[in-house]
Amino acid sequence: MFEIIKINLKTGRATIPIQAKNKEEFSVVGNELKNKIKQLLGGRSLHIRQIDAGSCNGCELEISALSNPIYDIERFGIHFVASPRHADVLLVTGPITRQMEPALIKTYEATPEPRIVIATGDCAINCGVYANSYAVSGPLNTIIPVDVNIPGCPPSPTAILQALLSILDRLPKK
Amino acid sequence: MSDSKKYFIARICSLLKLPANSLSANENEISAFLPLHELPLIVKRLCQMEEARCVFIGATDDRKNSKSFGLQYLFSIDKESLLILLRSKVPDHSLKFPSIAVQVAAAAAFEQEIWEFFGITPEGHPNLKNLLLHEDWPSETFPLRKDFDPHQKIKRVEKKSSNFLQVTGEGVFEIPVGPVHAGIIEPGHFRFSVAGEPVIHLEIQLGFTHKGIEKLAEGKTVLEAAALAERISGDASFAHSMAFCQAVEKIAKVTVPKKAQVLRVIFSEMERLYNHLGDIAGIATDVGFSFGAAQMLRLRELILQKNDRFTGHRLLRGVNIPGGVLCDLTAEIKNELRSFLNLLLDQYAPVEHLYFETDSLMDRIEGTGIVLEKVVRDLTGVGPVARASNVKIDLRQDFPYADYPNLKFEVAFRKEGDVAARMLVKMAEFKEAVSIIFQALDHLTDEPLVVNIQSLPEGSALGWAESARGEIFHWLRIGRDGKVERLKIKSPSFSNWRILPWAVQGNIVPDFPLINKSFNLSYSGNDR
Ligand code: SF4
Repeated sequence: MFEIIKINLKTGRATIPIQAKNKEEFSVVGNELKNKIKQLLGGRSLHIRQIDAGSCNGCELEISALSNPIYDIERFGIHFVASPRHADVLLVTGPITRQMEPALIKTYEATPEPRIVIATGDCAINCGVYANSYAVSGPLNTIIPVDVNIPGCPPSPTAILQALLSILDRLPKK
Repeated sequence: MSDSKKYFIARICSLLKLPANSLSANENEISAFLPLHELPLIVKRLCQMEEARCVFIGATDDRKNSKSFGLQYLFSIDKESLLILLRSKVPDHSLKFPSIAVQVAAAAAFEQEIWEFFGITPEGHPNLKNLLLHEDWPSETFPLRKDFDPHQKIKRVEKKSSNFLQVTGEGVFEIPVGPVHAGIIEPGHFRFSVAGEPVIHLEIQLGFTHKGIEKLAEGKTVLEAAALAERISGDASFAHSMAFCQAVEKIAKVTVPKKAQVLRVIFSEMERLYNHLGDIAGIATDVGFSFGAAQMLRLRELILQKNDRFTGHRLLRGVNIPGGVLCDLTAEIKNELRSFLNLLLDQYAPVEHLYFETDSLMDRIEGTGIVLEKVVRDLTGVGPVARASNVKIDLRQDFPYADYPNLKFEVAFRKEGDVAARMLVKMAEFKEAVSIIFQALDHLTDEPLVVNIQSLPEGSALGWAESARGEIFHWLRIGRDGKVERLKIKSPSFSNWRILPWAVQGNIVPDFPLINKSFNLSYSGNDR
């Protein structure tokens, strides 16, 4: 245990700091996001429900990376929730396989308004390499209305955070 | 080749009625054609007397050329490092072949898949039902037949009755879960039959992420198909692309430059590193030991960032192509990688130690989710799941490829078969992987990175790679036009998913996430 504490002291903070100069940087985006969430949601945090609609799991890998100590997305007031009923935002990945389409629609219907839908990754946007397959019903915007696209295969954690920032303007003020 | 191996091969050849010298050029593959009616007996002998393991069964639609469907059975005799590919033919007027599932349990799922995708029936199959295509799939619609249009939209038919095995009795009830789960994971549907806390039976329905990858690959150039291969399972992008590229290279009869082979080893071990750390962290998360998990996840993210820095992609996509790799490591980067690995080991060791000291973690995982060796052998489990149950198979050692023959490493294995054993195997493999990268770095020479593949002759070949989850096989056939005619993908998860229900039986429901995490299976790899 003390070994680790020693290493941690030496390493310093692993998390990317909140004050940074470079506009592109994760923390700048995150900080802006935090302020907006505060402004718009009146201190409430932003709740996201992720839905895998047939992804290759690459997108999931990057979305879960957002929660690791380096990105630590919860510090910006963003929270992944277990139920669509608690969600403000649906983060959908994958080309929407024929066999996930019904479950996706049910989940969408279970999410309270205003539900913001984000197509995450090239697959959700245009089906990527799986386009025109018999087993694919997507892209996402042909099935449910999409508010924001995050391109990339998979999109980087920073890109995902940036997209979250851009949607906040669409949430009703509290 | 040793005398005992020669003798062994002569025995197999006589069993298959082949001339004694019919070993292919690379000395570990035998291929034989057998008429359908002889198959069951020979397979039975191979499996029972020679300890052959059923790796996969695939099919092809050859009705255009030979008025028949082709079948391919791949067996592996691991202790002798020998692969046996049996081929057979099903005439298009009969559409039936004898099932071997009663003798070889692992064959059951492959036969179901062939029935579902080609419409040829395994006669005598003990449990013939849909595997990947769901109940609203129309009958007589077989995606892997050549006359099936890959781009059509399939209408939904009224659902047939559900496929689940139901347990009845006093106090037994069913807990359905999924396909949309609580966490950030892939979709699948589980049904637990429980009486009180312990699970009596678990039924799993997959196929939610079925994307028709095998069908999509058909008619594509190998370069296009390589991009698909990288997207079979995101966290095994490199391993899948390696298996695919090696199959192409065999058909093209080219030898990849030594440097590219070494780089392939380095990148596939980097993939193993980040996957294993993620799995080890996941175990801690699931028992509520978030301090340990956070430490492991921090190190994992550092590896992903290094991947990005060295190759331009965090998941190592776009690095491999048929003929070699596209990404070199400069002298400066090599040094950076060396010092990074040292740092990684230094910081990993105390966290691992902390895991062992944390009773709340170790108590939960020891004795939980035990998989018996017999189950692994019967269902031909692979990867860390097999190695944690005393089945010591690893393609890197048994069928070495790329630069692996020139590297020294131990294959980690345990006997207990529980969650702890699977975690310990991964911990040992993590350290071995670092040592492999160190060794490989010394093997890098100044050579070109790619050999040009001018044109591809007609033909078929097997490619394989040991991913973090276990063995991957790709069986590729190139047609006369130099394009992909058939790609059969065998992912490690396809076998290991069939083992999970056995690991869960008798355990309590709250331990399911933990057991599931210790398997860490790919839904997409299974469903393709
Ligand atoms: S966008 Fe790329 S990473 Fe994401 S699901 Fe599609 S293929 Fe996988």
